[in-house]
Amino acid sequence: MAQLVLRNLVKRYGATEVLHGINLDVADGEFVVFVGPSGCGKSTTLRMIAGLEEVSDGVIEIGGREVNHLEPKERDIAMVFQNYAIYPHMSVKKNIAFGLRSSKMSKPDKDKRIQEVAAILGMTDLLERKPNQLSGGQRQRVAIGRAMVRDPAVFLFDEPLSNLDAQLRTQMRLEIKKLHQRVGNTIVFVTHDQVEAMTMADRIVIMKDGHIQQVGTPDEVYHKPANTFVARFIGAPSMNMLDAELSEGRVIMPEGLSFPMGPTAEARSGRITLGVRPDDLVPRETDALIQGKVTVREPLGAETLIYVDTPGGEIVAKADGRNPPSVGEQVRLGADPDNLHVFDRETGMVVR
Amino acid sequence: MTIAPDVPDQARPTSDALFRAGPSRRPRNMGQIIRWMLLFAGGILMVMPIAYMISTSLKWPFEVYNVNLIPEEPTLDNYAYVLEDGRFYLWFWNSLLIAAITTVSNLFFDSLIGYTLCKFRFPGRQLVFIAILSTLMIPTEMLVIPWYLMSQSFGWLDSYWGIMFPGLMTAFGTFLMKQFFESVPDDFIEAARIDGLNEFQIWWTVAMPLVKPALAALAIFVFLGNWTAFLWPLIVTNSTDMYTLPVGLSSFGDEADVAWELIMTGAAISTIPTLVVFLIFQRFIIRGVVMAGLKG
Repeated sequence: MAQLVLRNLVKRYGATEVLHGINLDVADGEFVVFVGPSGCGKSTTLRMIAGLEEVSDGVIEIGGREVNHLEPKERDIAMVFQNYAIYPHMSVKKNIAFGLRSSKMSKPDKDKRIQEVAAILGMTDLLERKPNQLSGGQRQRVAIGRAMVRDPAVFLFDEPLSNLDAQLRTQMRLEIKKLHQRVGNTIVFVTHDQVEAMTMADRIVIMKDGHIQQVGTPDEVYHKPANTFVARFIGAPSMNMLDAELSEGRVIMPEGLSFPMGPTAEARSGRITLGVRPDDLVPRETDALIQGKVTVREPLGAETLIYVDTPGGEIVAKADGRNPPSVGEQVRLGADPDNLHVFDRETGMVVR
Repeated sequence: MTIAPDVPDQARPTSDALFRAGPSRRPRNMGQIIRWMLLFAGGILMVMPIAYMISTSLKWPFEVYNVNLIPEEPTLDNYAYVLEDGRFYLWFWNSLLIAAITTVSNLFFDSLIGYTLCKFRFPGRQLVFIAILSTLMIPTEMLVIPWYLMSQSFGWLDSYWGIMFPGLMTAFGTFLMKQFFESVPDDFIEAARIDGLNEFQIWWTVAMPLVKPALAALAIFVFLGNWTAFLWPLIVTNSTDMYTLPVGLSSFGDEADVAWELIMTGAAISTIPTLVVFLIFQRFIIRGVVMAGLKG
């Protein structure tokens, strides 16, 4: 079994604390993605799991065994790096075999294992090539192969797709997901790209400033963000955030527009931040949420993003790609109350 | 599973390209003509001593002090004399042995220390590096007396060990290797650490193959430096059997008359190994020095 447990994980560099008590349980075979902006502590957490950074405080358990004081090689993990870290002076075969150096397998078994991995990754014909004779995607596969060959309890991926172009990134994303479905190992994947996180993860861990903001399935973090940071970070374009008042079950916008929020909000009142995703905004004459002038259109084919200048600031909405409003046109937009997110203006935490 | 199309990266320009001469290059403007003329003059300046060395080695003693480049009566007698003198082979061997051992020692220790200073974080790391670098500022002439006293107290005078010990590890080599190891991404080292290699194995198996150009450059620098070393071997050796080639060659002739034609003959022969080494490794040495410059 390859559960991964993080308990009150703290990392300090001198007097500076960069991770402030991370708690997480990753189930056996689960694909967990750490996502967050630069400097949020996601890579540091991964490197601590790998044993490349010392743990200042807290406990890391892999497969029910505390690994805090174990060397990286003793943790039964394998890691794929952002820069591939495949050795340029070795052939593909030797690079993959490198992962088996400290294994006690016999040579025929090792060869068999290398062939199996090469077959899974579609690299059988490339085994004798040197890394400089491979494309970016092939190099990344070699790096994955070197990790796979050891059949570790936990795979660690540190932004492995960042160096690939957009098309290849999409392709490799799919391949890694298929690979996970096939081999079923526990995977911890770090990325700053929320699209990668949404498309690959069983669960997403969203981090900011060394704290976990929310842990949940892609659906949960998208549809039920725990705070304004998660709401803004997940989803592209970002969720619109509007200052509003909540009073007697109605949302009152600064420009005087108001609409009912439904029974669940009746007990609350006060200053709120109202979150609404661009795809939830629709043209509406009655119970409109906002009104303003279209300033920019961004056609995306099936739909067009429109930027609307409102008294509360600029908001973005998705319009039908075939018949979008013109630039300069006045629009009134509203949303289904069920699709609105209400956050406490002071704390940023979700109210409803 | 879908497979990515097999598209190798575009060949990127390498440092080799910087030194690859074009098929035909003609000066296009006055500035270029002046640059070429200066280079030509510099080339002549470099080649002349070598030309005179070869010229003198082909002259009879009476003609040695004539400045003419082409000998009036060329002779190979000097070569025959030097090659028939058994001491020449002994000095050649001494030089070869000392240069080879010193080179291997430098490749090992300089790269090990350079790697340690580059890739390990420990208190006082910068201080150690600065201390090593600062020794570059001390001229050899200042060091020979302490070296001599050390050799004397250890009983190393007039021995191979005495000749070799000051050069077994050099600050320059350490600096060169540290700069090159900076270009080895930490990811390689961490990947190897996860793959179960110990630190020495990582240095030897992963880091060293990635700095081969620097190793080749260092090998040539150290070999040439020791092959041509004169002052310290002259001071530390007493018996002619322990002489290195440069010291031995300088002993040709007597107090009244220096046999320049024999010295130049020996010098001409002694350039052959260095030429061979240089021709083999020149590709690396150029790349090595260029890369060191970029990193520095």
